[in-house]
Amino acid sequence: MLESWFSQADAVLLARFQFAFTVAFHIIFPAFTIGLASFLAVLEGLYLKTRNPVYQKLFRYWVKIFAVAFGMGVVSGIVMSYQFGTNWAVFSDKAGPVIGPLMGYEVLTAFFLEAGFLGVMLFGMNKVGERLHFFATLMVAVGTAISAFWILSVNSWMQTPAGFAMNEQGQFIVTSWFEAIFNPSFPYRLAHMLLAAYLTTAFVVGAVGAWHLLKDSTSASARKMFSMAMWMALIVAPLQVFVGDLHGLNTQEHQPAKVAAMEGHFETQSNAPLYLFGLPNQTTAEVDYAVKIPGLASLILQHDINAEVTGLDQFPRDEWPPVAIVFWAFRIMVGIGVLMMLIGLWSGFQRLRGGLYQSKMLHRSAVLMGPLGFVAVIAGWVVTEVGRQPWVIQGLLRTSEAVSPVDAVGVGASLLAFIIVYFLVFGAGTVYILRKMAGDPEHTHIPDYARIPMAAERLYHEEK
Amino acid sequence: MDYALIWAALISIAVFAYVALDGFDLGIGLLFPWFTNEQHRDRMVNTVAPVWDGNETWLVLGGGGLLAVFPLAYSVLLPALYMPVIAMLLGLIFRGVAFEFRFKSRNNKHWWDRSFMLGSAVAAFSQGVMLGAMLQGIDVTDRAYSGGWFDWLSPFTIFAGIAVCIGYMLLGATWLIMKTDGQLQGRSFSLARNLSLLMILAIAAASIYLVSTYGQVADRWLTWPTSAGLWLLPFALAIVGGGLLTALNKKREGAPYLWALGVFLIAFIGFAVSIFPYLIPFEITLWEAAGPDNSLSFLLVGAVILIPIIFAYTGYTYWVFRGKTSEDSGYHE
Repeated sequence: MLESWFSQADAVLLARFQFAFTVAFHIIFPAFTIGLASFLAVLEGLYLKTRNPVYQKLFRYWVKIFAVAFGMGVVSGIVMSYQFGTNWAVFSDKAGPVIGPLMGYEVLTAFFLEAGFLGVMLFGMNKVGERLHFFATLMVAVGTAISAFWILSVNSWMQTPAGFAMNEQGQFIVTSWFEAIFNPSFPYRLAHMLLAAYLTTAFVVGAVGAWHLLKDSTSASARKMFSMAMWMALIVAPLQVFVGDLHGLNTQEHQPAKVAAMEGHFETQSNAPLYLFGLPNQTTAEVDYAVKIPGLASLILQHDINAEVTGLDQFPRDEWPPVAIVFWAFRIMVGIGVLMMLIGLWSGFQRLRGGLYQSKMLHRSAVLMGPLGFVAVIAGWVVTEVGRQPWVIQGLLRTSEAVSPVDAVGVGASLLAFIIVYFLVFGAGTVYILRKMAGDPEHTHIPDYARIPMAAERLYHEEK
Repeated sequence: MDYALIWAALISIAVFAYVALDGFDLGIGLLFPWFTNEQHRDRMVNTVAPVWDGNETWLVLGGGGLLAVFPLAYSVLLPALYMPVIAMLLGLIFRGVAFEFRFKSRNNKHWWDRSFMLGSAVAAFSQGVMLGAMLQGIDVTDRAYSGGWFDWLSPFTIFAGIAVCIGYMLLGATWLIMKTDGQLQGRSFSLARNLSLLMILAIAAASIYLVSTYGQVADRWLTWPTSAGLWLLPFALAIVGGGLLTALNKKREGAPYLWALGVFLIAFIGFAVSIFPYLIPFEITLWEAAGPDNSLSFLLVGAVILIPIIFAYTGYTYWVFRGKTSEDSGYHE
């Protein structure tokens, strides 16, 4: 009895780890391609409007990187659409009637749109002409955003379920599609994630621009991309802090235990402190080695320094999320957000002084910031997903009761296979992307579309 | 309205669209060992580079659609087919990234060629195994899979895996006949001829074996009115197979691919008749597996409007890239 209980617990843990691993790897690519698709659409639009060749160069430069990242996003995404069934069969059976149609709409409205026009975007310039090509790029960009809409609606429903009832088989059935789709946390989560994708991409573009500026500060392409990225940092990073705060207040209203874990608040208290550092201890329900600012958490969460803030003591212990993970993931995310805002402000200051393309310190910092957006995105997902535990659907279905009838050995073996394959394949992909990024954007090869078109192909066929 | 039945038809269309489209691009990976010339391989990959992504999206629709409208079937099938599903996913990863990587790699192109080849083979073989495992039947107790880890493994499922590989290679070869010329096309013609014969033999062998071994499948094929199909389908197979071989002999360029699709369609109908109305053979019918009506109707509205639009712009993409793929089109590095 005890033994079978243990192996069951292991299977749940391994299944959770497998989902976390495959989804964390996957999110890296959409976070990048959502932003990059929009960036490419802007570049192509600006080129068509101004005919400034620098935009065309940048488009050709980044579209190759986009192609590699998008391919990796597609293959890691196919895995996700089957992960629900292999390891989370009970969840699929019960929640399928709600989340299934939403994901069905994602496939029908987004995935086909992206995939359908991607071919034209990557290979069709000499076949369709520049206006239709721009349309294809726009469709790919729109597709990535629509995809975010649906999948974040699904995730938000699991966090703040609404518009449903239960049937006699224990399945969730929808009573109002509008309420289910636009559930309470959805608008905040969607805005927060889209901004995160744009910011992450902006910092990658900024890092590549800065890298090439460090080698040649006169490079027009490097200047253009660095400047565009720093505008994004200056405007979007503060906006993200604002949206993140709204999202936090929404979470406090609907998932107070999650916020208590984020803050490390074990006890309900007025004038609640903000912990800058500390090691939350789940057993003793205390924060060890705490460095704190009294009253600041009350001020942030209730906008009143003396207000009472709900702690984990209001919830039974078996409904606590793992506090330390949520606490630290939250600090990593916020810390990176603050750094991004500071870089944005610094670049604005340098732009005013006329030193945007000269400040080596700024460029070096921007290079270092390049990968941090991805870290923040993953940390943010850890906050929201681990913070929801022990529930898979908040308050309604426990994660431990949602798992498939599979044993630990099978889940463990497939997990190992995923880890090896992902590191191998996506490691190679990252190398290819970095190699592309190391290439000088000034020397991007622009095929002479005016000369290649149908004529060349006709010639080719006549020859044979 | 019988939403479950409509959805069973729609998902069948999605699965067939997947087989028809991803079939040829998986087939091209499977055919790599017969084409060792570097330029030929580049050209083969370029014939599918603009479209493979959309082709695989049908697989996502199959998975997502099953979860949306037949959640019970999804939650039983995937644990039952756990290992072949994981193998298929890993195979698809290796071959999907190879499209990009083989042109980006400096010294390791041959490794990505192997990954393209093996990934395609593993994905196609796993799909065949899953098909075979469904025909064998799946154990269910209390809305959950109750069989073992290796129930999917049997001589029949291995045979089904090989048969699907042969079928995809046939689709790949006939696709190459349409999209290429010269030496590459000539080689595809001779491969397609052999593969056609193998494919027809495989379908015949599988049918005879199924009817003689598995009681449930045999029952439906030997009782009226389905027994009429016992005479109709082999007849249809003979006609379509003959059409395929004739088109190949006459060196037609477009027709062989369509005839090959016809062979697939007949096998597909045979499969559907063998298990209808079960979704999990022979435990759960499509009506038992269906989710609540309002989930089915909600997604149906979107499907009815969007699937024709998807066919339209997918068709447009194929039209943009119509005609022969020249050696230097596609990837420029």
